[in-house]
Order: sequence, then C-alpha cells, then structure tokens
Amino acid sequence: MAAPASTSIPVAHRLRDAGIAGLVAMALAVPFLGLRTVNLDQGLVVQANLAYVPLAGAVVFLGRLVLGLLAAPLAKAVAPLAAWRPPAAAQRLRAWGGPLLVLAAVALPFLPFANRYVIDLGTTALIYILLATGLNITVGLAGLLDLGFAAFYAIGAYTCALTTTQLHWGFWPALVAGGLASSLFAVLLSLPILRLRGDYLAIVTLGFGEITRIVILNWQGLTGGPNGVSGIARPTLFGLTFDRRAPAGGHTFSEVTGIAYAPEHRLIFLYLVILALTALAAYTVARLRRLPIGRAWEALREDEIACRSLGINPTMVKVSAYASGALMGGLAGCFFAARQGFVSPESFGFMESATILAIVVLGGMGSQAGVIIAALFIVVLPELARGFADYRMLAFGLAMILIMIWKPGGLLSGRLPTIRLSNAKPKSVAEAA
Amino acid sequence: MGAVKAAMGFTLAVGTFLQHLINGLTLGAIYGLIAIGYTMVYGIIRMINFAHGEIYMIGAFIAVTTFTLLLGAGVTSVPLALVIVLAISCTFTAAYGWTIERVAYRPLRTAPKLAPFISAIGMSILLQNFVMLTQGARSKSLPPVMTGGVTLWHDGDFSLGLTNIQMFIILLTVALMAGFTLVINRTALGRAQRACEQDRTMAALLGINVDRTISLTFVLGAGLAAVAGVMVTLYYGVIDFYIGFLAGMKAFTAAVLGGIGSLPGAMLGGLLIGLIEAFFSGYVSSAYKDVAAFSILILVLVVRPSGLLGRPDIEKV
Repeated sequence: MAAPASTSIPVAHRLRDAGIAGLVAMALAVPFLGLRTVNLDQGLVVQANLAYVPLAGAVVFLGRLVLGLLAAPLAKAVAPLAAWRPPAAAQRLRAWGGPLLVLAAVALPFLPFANRYVIDLGTTALIYILLATGLNITVGLAGLLDLGFAAFYAIGAYTCALTTTQLHWGFWPALVAGGLASSLFAVLLSLPILRLRGDYLAIVTLGFGEITRIVILNWQGLTGGPNGVSGIARPTLFGLTFDRRAPAGGHTFSEVTGIAYAPEHRLIFLYLVILALTALAAYTVARLRRLPIGRAWEALREDEIACRSLGINPTMVKVSAYASGALMGGLAGCFFAARQGFVSPESFGFMESATILAIVVLGGMGSQAGVIIAALFIVVLPELARGFADYRMLAFGLAMILIMIWKPGGLLSGRLPTIRLSNAKPKSVAEAA
Repeated sequence: MGAVKAAMGFTLAVGTFLQHLINGLTLGAIYGLIAIGYTMVYGIIRMINFAHGEIYMIGAFIAVTTFTLLLGAGVTSVPLALVIVLAISCTFTAAYGWTIERVAYRPLRTAPKLAPFISAIGMSILLQNFVMLTQGARSKSLPPVMTGGVTLWHDGDFSLGLTNIQMFIILLTVALMAGFTLVINRTALGRAQRACEQDRTMAALLGINVDRTISLTFVLGAGLAAVAGVMVTLYYGVIDFYIGFLAGMKAFTAAVLGGIGSLPGAMLGGLLIGLIEAFFSGYVSSAYKDVAAFSILILVLVVRPSGLLGRPDIEKV
C-alpha cells in the first residue's frame, strides 16, 4: 500500500495554499468586516474597522494550515470508527428501536427536568418529524423534489383555524378536515404538473408554495390577512377540556379525574397526542414501503421508464405520493395551529419549506431514523445556541454546509434495498411458497 | 368635444401602457441579469445555486458602501462614481462567488443531486446573517445619485417619463448581454463552458480545466449579479440584508420560464417576469403580482415543460 497522497504534500505547498486562503479571506473581509455602513440621522456614514481585515486573514490562514496538517492524522483516527459495525446482538435490537424510542418519548414529560419549555420543544420537534415524514414520502421515496411543502402545512393549519373559529367545530373533526383538505389540494395541484421533470417540477412546487402564502396574506376577508386567526380550539380528551374552568355544559380533565389542575396538562396532552400520531405515521410509512404502492414509489424514483414498461401507472403513483405526503403535512399544520392557538402567514414562508426539506436531506433521504435525528438537530441546535443569540442562524447555515460536505448522502445514508434478490434464504422462500 | 375627449382618453391609456412598459423593462433587465447567473450554473453543473440571490444582495451592499465612501471623499462626477462603483462591486462580489463555489459546492461535485442544493440553502442563510451581523439589520438608504430624465410626452397632469436611471439600466443590460453572448460564442472560455455543459468528462479528456471553467462561471455570474445589485441600489435607493431572497426567487423563476440552461431564455424570462409584475400591479392588483408571475410560470411549463427557449431533455434508456 502506498502512503496516502495527502501526507506527501510538502510544507511549502501547504503554506502557499493557506496563504492564498488567507489573502482571499482578507479581500472578502474588506467590504463587510472592514467597512461598516452606519445609519445616522443625517444619512449613511462608513466606519472603518480595518483591524478586522488582517485578523480574518490570520484566522483563515491558521485554520487552513492546521486543518491541512491535521486532516490526514484525523482521517486515520476516524477510519476505525467509520468501519465500526454494531455487534450482531445490537443488530437484533434494531427492530425494537422504534418502540423503545416511542417509550422514551412518552416518558419525557414525566421526567423531573421536564418543564413547560422542554415539553414545548418536544412538541415542536414532533411537528417537524411529522412534516418531514410526510415530505420524505414525496422526496425520499418517490423522488419528486418539493420546494413548497409549507403550502400543505399552511392549508392544514388554516383549515383547522377556520373550521374551529368560524364553524365552531371541535379540534378532532378539524384535524380530519385539515388533513383531507391538504391532501385534496395536493391531488389538484399534482394532476396538471406531473409531466414535468426534476427541477421544473421543483420550481412549480415552489411557485405553488408562494401562491398559497400570498393568497392567505391578501385574502383578508377569510384569513384575516397578516393579522392571522386566533382563538383556535384546543384538543379535548373525549370532550374533556384542559381549562381551569369547565365551559358551559362540559367538564374539565381535572374535575373528572380528580387530578389537581395544572396548566401543563394541556401541553402534555397535546405532546402525547402528536407523539401518537407521529408514531402511527412512521409505522404506516414503514408498512407502506412493503406494500405494492410503496414499492412503486421507490421504483419510480429509480427509473420512470422501467416502471412504465412494467405496467405501473406513473400518474397514479405520483399523485398518491403527493397526497400521502400532504396528508401528513396537513395534520402537522393542525397541531401547529392548536398548539399556538394562533396562525399567521409568516409561519409558512419558503424558509419553512427549505427547513423541512433540509431535515429530509440531512437525515438521509428515505430514512425514518434519519428524519428523527435531523429534526431534533434542527429544532434543538438553535435553542442550545440561544446564548449566542445573534450568531445562532449563522452557525445554523454553517452547520448545514459542513454536514453536507462531511456526509453528502445525509447522516444515515445507508439505503437498504427493500427487497433482496441475491441472498434470499431458502427457508424464507419455502415459507413464502 | 366628445371625440376630442375620447381621443384624449385613448392617448392617456396608451401613455399609461407605455409607462408600465418602461417600468417593466427596467425591472426585467435587473431580473434577467440575476437569472443569467442561475442559468449558467445550472447549465454547467446541474445545480440550483440557491445562494445566488445573496450574491446580488452582497453586490448591492458593496455598492452602497462604495457610494457612501465616494460621497464622503467629495467625488461629484456621476459617471466617474458609477464606473468606480461598478468596478469595485463586481470585483469583490466575483470574489465572493468564487469562494462560495470553492468552499461549499466543489467538495460536493460528485455527491447526490440534492446535497449541493442543501449546501446552497445553508450558504444563503449564512450570508444573510453574515451581512446582517456586520452591517446591521436596518435598511440602508442612499441619497439619489442619478437624477433627472426625459419627459417623452405629457398631457395635462399625465406625463410619460424615462428617467436617466432607467435608461442607464436598460442600455447597460443590453450592452452586457451583447458582450456576454460574444464571450460565450466566440472566446476560448465560452467554448470551454459549452463543452463542459455537454459532457464534463469528455471536456476534461480533451484538456479543458473543468474546475477552472466552473469557477469562472461562478465569477461571471456573480459579476452580473453585482451589476444588478448596483442597478437596484440606484433605482430604489433602499436595500437591506433580506433583498436577495425575493429577487433570487424571481430570477430563478425567470430562468426556468425561459428554459433553464439557455442564456437568451434567462434574459427573455427576466423581461417577462418584470413586465408581468409591472402590468399586473398597474392594471389589476399589486398585492397579487407575484401570484400572477408564478401562475404564468406554471401555465407555460404545463404547455412547454422545458421552458420557452429550453431544449427538451433527451431521455436515454
């Protein structure tokens, strides 16, 4: 084995490389770090902080040099870790991973450190997991890039908001209506555009997302425009509310169960309901992948022409992928609306679509465990970085780039074939027969 | 009398129409210049450079800084100031374009298709927040640099005008487009670019430095986006760190409308989006102008799935 090429790069070359990087960094720093436009009463003035320029250069120079020198030893140190496979016993536990995770999540609100904030964060994470599970069907399984997924999220949230405030429905019928409305929109949208491929399809979904947001923003009479809708119904447990006082003719949870009233109960209940629904969604998707429709999604992603020639109707398969994804998006929207008690168009911009897509891609397309890890990452990281206040979004963007460079296929990119043809065990064949 | 009034009403309608046309062309020129960056990058590496809108925003910020410095230094000659601002903004913005490609996209050259796209979204968030932190979140406004214009025609209260800025924007765009077409069709760089677009491996085998060609594509795209940034600074006089998002999205729409990968398509798409916006806000409703732009995009794509001037992809089995 020849020594890796990287160790043989002479130091002079590395210095030159780092020097160039440092010079470029200095040039880039001049107009933004070195010169700062400041708003004063009499207009703009430019303040010069030119000391930052050599500083930026020095930081990048040293960073590049150190990274270059450390890259080879670091890669060597990490190599055994990357090759590490869990022992066979742990592999058998894999099947239990899902139920164990759900159990842990159920236990979360009852742990000693669980306060309002933790439960709320957990609910946000679950909403994103549900959203990303839905988008994962469209993007990860069926391979249809969707840049406007927030539209389905918005339609679910607004259906829930409007049916509960205008028609005085309860939360549960509104939840069903939200999911169905969003699914229906997906079917209507997908029918005319299914001829489009790849990036053209992506831009149309982006356009649909923006159209939905702008219509919600400007249709003042129905949606309240930028002011949003407030007073959305909270979920109830078989008609029991989680308020301090019972509404006329109703009962509260604390009255019936005898548990002393606490405002956290409503949060915990919402958390558990969305947890149940998310677990159900994840389980359904896992089962769907084994059914003909799920196999058709994945086959379509791999090769549309082959699918056609095998008698799969691509239109129906695509529409079903859109509709199932949108159904979950709509349900997540209802939970979002019920949790906040308020919705406004601001929550459903393009950045929301991009965030959900980022969860799917960062996690590794098509991987449910990846979606969970990436959603936790996206929700929890900015919260952890709250101490850095202004810098957290900067760090967030940087982290997205670094993760993609480190693992371009996503964190859990091992795409397992759904069917194994080569090493099918004779026993299972006998069983199947 | 009635006939005269009707004739006046008619000329007024024509005048209003022409005014919307001029405004739409100006806006369309700006979108078109940004769209070229999207379309070139897409043509060569099949990637949606989502951070391109931020590049334009960076160009606009550098323009504001340079204008303010020049005003402070007492430069009063407008043409001189324009040349200096354009040169500085293009140079630094091109450096940003080059660095972004080198840092965030080149390591992902062989990665799955969506990886560079997510990296680009990350880069977009990073740049927005970088500019917000270093330059402040408040919008920056500039005293009008270029004033005056010609009144083409006026009648009572109504006057049809073409401001100097609009003339400058339209003429510079036409000149840049002509120059750019020459670069792509006639120079060695353009030939290398077209070769890489068709088949990168084959181009490399024939001795074209593919990495260098891709870098230059980003540099050129960023330069044009910087020109658009300077134009918008002059035209509206107000910018903030968030302008790149909407402009980038519209320019991308323009690129797809014209047929992504096609240079004349990007310009045509940009002009169409600008015109749709101007006419729709003039005659129907300005709140729904983006809905109109996106709806027309969807309609066009339903009829012509690869855009107005795009070549349909040939499917190889």
